[in-house]
Amino acid sequence: MQYMVSVIFDGPGLATPEEDAAIDVFNDRLVAEGHWVFAGGLGAPATATVIDNRRGEAMFTDGPFVESKEFLAGFWIIEAADLDVALKLAAEGSKACNRKVEVRPFL
Amino acid sequence: MNGIDVREAVTRAHHEEWARVVAALTRRFGDLDIAEEAAGEAFAIAVERWSAEGVPPNPGAWLTTTANRRAIDRIRRENKRDDKHREAQLLYDDDPPGPVGAIDDERLRLIFTCCHPALAMEARVALTLRMVAGLTMPEIARAFLVQESSMGQRITRAKAKIKAARIPYRVPSGEDLPARVSGVLAVLYLVFNEGYLATGPGTDPVRHDLTAEAIRLTRLIRALMPQDGEVAGLLALMLMIEARRTARVSGSGELVTLDEQDRGAWDAALIAEGHQLVRGRLASGVAPGPYQLLAAINAVHTSARDVRDTDWSQVVALYDQLVRLDPSPIIALNRAIAVAELDGPEVALAAVDRLEDKLAGYHAYHATRADLLRRLGHSQKSRAAYDKAIELAGNTAETAYLTRRRDQLR
Repeated sequence: MQYMVSVIFDGPGLATPEEDAAIDVFNDRLVAEGHWVFAGGLGAPATATVIDNRRGEAMFTDGPFVESKEFLAGFWIIEAADLDVALKLAAEGSKACNRKVEVRPFL
Repeated sequence: MNGIDVREAVTRAHHEEWARVVAALTRRFGDLDIAEEAAGEAFAIAVERWSAEGVPPNPGAWLTTTANRRAIDRIRRENKRDDKHREAQLLYDDDPPGPVGAIDDERLRLIFTCCHPALAMEARVALTLRMVAGLTMPEIARAFLVQESSMGQRITRAKAKIKAARIPYRVPSGEDLPARVSGVLAVLYLVFNEGYLATGPGTDPVRHDLTAEAIRLTRLIRALMPQDGEVAGLLALMLMIEARRTARVSGSGELVTLDEQDRGAWDAALIAEGHQLVRGRLASGVAPGPYQLLAAINAVHTSARDVRDTDWSQVVALYDQLVRLDPSPIIALNRAIAVAELDGPEVALAAVDRLEDKLAGYHAYHATRADLLRRLGHSQKSRAAYDKAIELAGNTAETAYLTRRRDQLR
C-alpha cells in the first residue's frame, strides 16, 4: 500500500542546512527499511503554470491554481503496510523536515 | 414461548453479543460495512426465529453463524466471491488468526479501530457507539442532538476512511499501546460526560442511557485488559459518579451540589465497587495515571459522611499529583475548589483568578468565582459572576441551580 506524505509549507524560508541533513538521514532510513518509493522538493508556487486543455486548446496560466499561505513544498511517496506504519513514518518525516505533513492513501 | 421472553432474550443477546458478532465478522470479511449489516440482519432474524423455535442454547454462536451466512449471501449477491481475498485485505491485520482468547481480542481490535486517532473525535464516538455498543443510528443521533442523516454520514465517512486509508484492524503493540488505550478511554469518558452533564435546552439534565452505555463499554474493556490501571481508574471514576446520579438533581430539576446531596441516596453498591477498584490500584504500587487520581479523589468524597467530614488535605494532595500529570486549567480550577475547603475561599479565589485568560469562556470558572465571592461577602461581584455563569451554562439543572443561588444574594 502506498501513501503520499505531503510537506505543507506554512512557515518562514526554505529548509535550513540542519533540516536538509535530517531529511537525508530520514530518507536513508526509508530506503534501508524498504519504505522508499519516491520523494522530491518543489519550486515555490510562483514558479507554477496551470494548463487547461479540456477543450482541446491548451490554455496556460501563470501561477498556482489556488493562492494560499499554506502550499505543497514537497512530498514523499512511501510504501507502508497500513496507516499506523504510515503515520509513524510521517511523524518522523515531519520532525526531520520541520514542517507539517499530510498523509493520504493512494487508491 | 411468549413474545416478552423472546424480546428480552434478544435484548440481552444484543447487549452481550453484538460487539462479538460484529468483531468476528469484521475479522473474517475485512469490512466493517458488511459486518455491521449482517449483524443487524442476524438480530432481526432472531426476533422471528426465536419466537417460533425458541431461544437457542447458545445465542451468541447462533447469531454469529446466522450473520456469517448473511454476509456470505451478500458477498455472493454482489458477485464479490472471487474478490474475497482482496476484500479480506481491506482491513489489514498481520497477526496469525486464532490465538487463545481470540474472540475477546477481536472485540478489542474493533474498539481500537473505531477509536483510531486518525479519525475525528466525533467520528470515533459515533463509530464506537454503533459498532461496539450496537446503538442504532437514530439513538446515536438523538444522544448527540444531531440530525440522523448527518450522523449517518459521519459514520459512513469514518468507515470509508478506515477502508481507503487502511486503518488496521489490530490491537496496537507494545510501545504504542498506552497512548492508544488513553485514546479509547477519552472516547468513553466523553460519552459518559455527555450523559452526566447533558447539554442543550431540550434534553434531560442527566442522560442515563449514555452514562450506562459508557460504563458498560468500560466494563468490557476492563474485562479485556484487566491489568491496565487507567482502565480500572476510569471505571471506578464512572461508578462513583454514577452512584450519585439520583442525588445530584432535585425533584424540581435543579442541580444539587456535592455538599448538599443526600448521601443516603447514593448507590452504595456502585460506590463499594469503585472503592474496591481504587484499593486494587493502590495495592499494585504502580504510579497512578490521571483517571486513577480522579477516581481516588472521588473515593475520598464518597468515603465521607458529609462535606465537613471530607479529608480535604487528601483531596488537595491528589489534585497536586494530578496537576503534575495534566497541567490543564480545568484541573487547576477543580484543585482551587478543594483548596477553598482547606485554606479558605480567599486563597482559592486568588488561584481561580489566575486562570482567567484560559477559562473566561467556561461556565464552571464563573460559577466557582461566584460561589467564592459569595462566601467572602462580595455580593455584587458574585452576582456578576453568576450572571456570566448562567449565560454560559448549557445544562438545564445547572442553570436552575445557579439562578436560585444568584437570586438568594442580598
